[in-house]
Amino acid sequence: MPMMPVADGPVTIASAGSRALGVVFERVEKRYDSGRLALAGIDLCVVPGEFVSLLGPSGCGKSTLLRIAAGLEQASGGRVQSAGSEASAPGDVAFVFQEPALMPWASVFDNVWLPLRLAGLTRSQAREAVMASLASVGLADVAAALPHTLSGGMKMRVSVARALVTRPRLLLMDEPFGALDEITRTRLNADLLSSWAQWGFTVLFVTHSVYEAAYLSQRVVVMGSTPGRILHEERIAQATPREAGFRTSIGYAQTCARLSAALESASGAMP
Amino acid sequence: MKRAAPGLVGVLCFLIAWEFTVRLGQIPSFTLPPPSLVALTVARDFPSLALSTWFTLKVTLGALLLACASGVVVAGLFALWRPLERAMLPLAVVLQVTPVVAVAPLILIYVDSTAAALLACAWVVAFFPILSNTVVGLRVADPALGALFKMYKASPWQRLRLLLAPSALPYFLAGLRVSGGLSLIGAVTAEMVAGAAGRETGLASRILEASFRTDTPRMFAALSLLVACGVVIFLALNALSQLLIGRWQPAQGE
Repeated sequence: MPMMPVADGPVTIASAGSRALGVVFERVEKRYDSGRLALAGIDLCVVPGEFVSLLGPSGCGKSTLLRIAAGLEQASGGRVQSAGSEASAPGDVAFVFQEPALMPWASVFDNVWLPLRLAGLTRSQAREAVMASLASVGLADVAAALPHTLSGGMKMRVSVARALVTRPRLLLMDEPFGALDEITRTRLNADLLSSWAQWGFTVLFVTHSVYEAAYLSQRVVVMGSTPGRILHEERIAQATPREAGFRTSIGYAQTCARLSAALESASGAMP
Repeated sequence: MKRAAPGLVGVLCFLIAWEFTVRLGQIPSFTLPPPSLVALTVARDFPSLALSTWFTLKVTLGALLLACASGVVVAGLFALWRPLERAMLPLAVVLQVTPVVAVAPLILIYVDSTAAALLACAWVVAFFPILSNTVVGLRVADPALGALFKMYKASPWQRLRLLLAPSALPYFLAGLRVSGGLSLIGAVTAEMVAGAAGRETGLASRILEASFRTDTPRMFAALSLLVACGVVIFLALNALSQLLIGRWQPAQGE
């Protein structure tokens, strides 16, 4: 494994995993055909195994940055490199969207099977991995159900299970829990942290919630808009996996206050 | 069955009102036959009317099948290559806006076999709804799912089979339901234009024939069989829709 800049935060269970895939943005720029500059000079290094949140007002380009990392959009300048042991294959990078994006005609099982199916695995070859992934989000007993019979939170869990089924090395999440109620969101956050601790992948997590970012991440990157750029970085030293009690600690409250202030000034920079 | 009950009661009330109006008003049957006489005529002339019904149904269903096949293939080609769509869509619109009754005489001149000409007329009207719906359907696939297929390096065939075709299916079926009714209209219109001539003729020819003889009850009998065909096609296509996509969509009105 090549030398990577080492996070100076506490050593975590997750970063001990060697499969994890980091991602390095070097002076990344995105200019649309209309001439609008969406991202300017983004320098960011996400270390393998790290949990990094991108926090910012809407329109600051955080989702665009995530889509560039996924290869769904091309940067118009700069370089994006995945930083890991060896070249990545399909399934090494997984993406969870804002909406569950399930196929309404396919059962929960078939939805989770999709990434493996596209890689050529038959239903029976994929069964074990699909059921393990469904079990990890607590949905093994609804494998046969159709998406429209599930609640919003359960649909999102299926979406996460689909992302995890290939055992990804880098998980990109674009405000995945933004549309859920507070209780469901808290629960899914805790589940995400335990999957992260268990499987040791890297997470790049886009959110507009200060509280979510502060609870989940080892590092929070605050972005401002017009053009999208990085304004502030905050390392959160609390060891992982975090107990539920972390949400009521003084340190958490202080982190949230600092992030809110940074977000406030980022939003103030909007025209 | 419970949901169909009010509709059946409505039809029954209409028939009873019709029967009584004719009887109480002593309307002569060559002006307006009562439904009981229409039913009797259907029963009496059933052998010849059944043959005509079968003929009209053959033309209608044949045209519908042709419209399905050609509509889906052309929509697929449009989806694969957008310039083709831009080039061909005006022609498809021309086909759509031209009244079939106006082109039918031309088609009858150009096509030797009457049956084939009738088929062509019915196809002309049934083709467009399937084409335009399928074209739209092939475009509406969830962009997030599309991105996912791209990330997992899906082949074009996997993309078509697992994403585009299922996404387009409800749109195709909506087009098919419209075309089902239209192909019957197309078949009847073409028969009307072709006239009563020929050995193999359909229900529209029976109506024309009967009208020449002012045999109003027979006209109504043939008409009622046409209506029955239309209703059966409508119900069958609804059932097909329900079978294919009813399960993965919340029930209508929910």
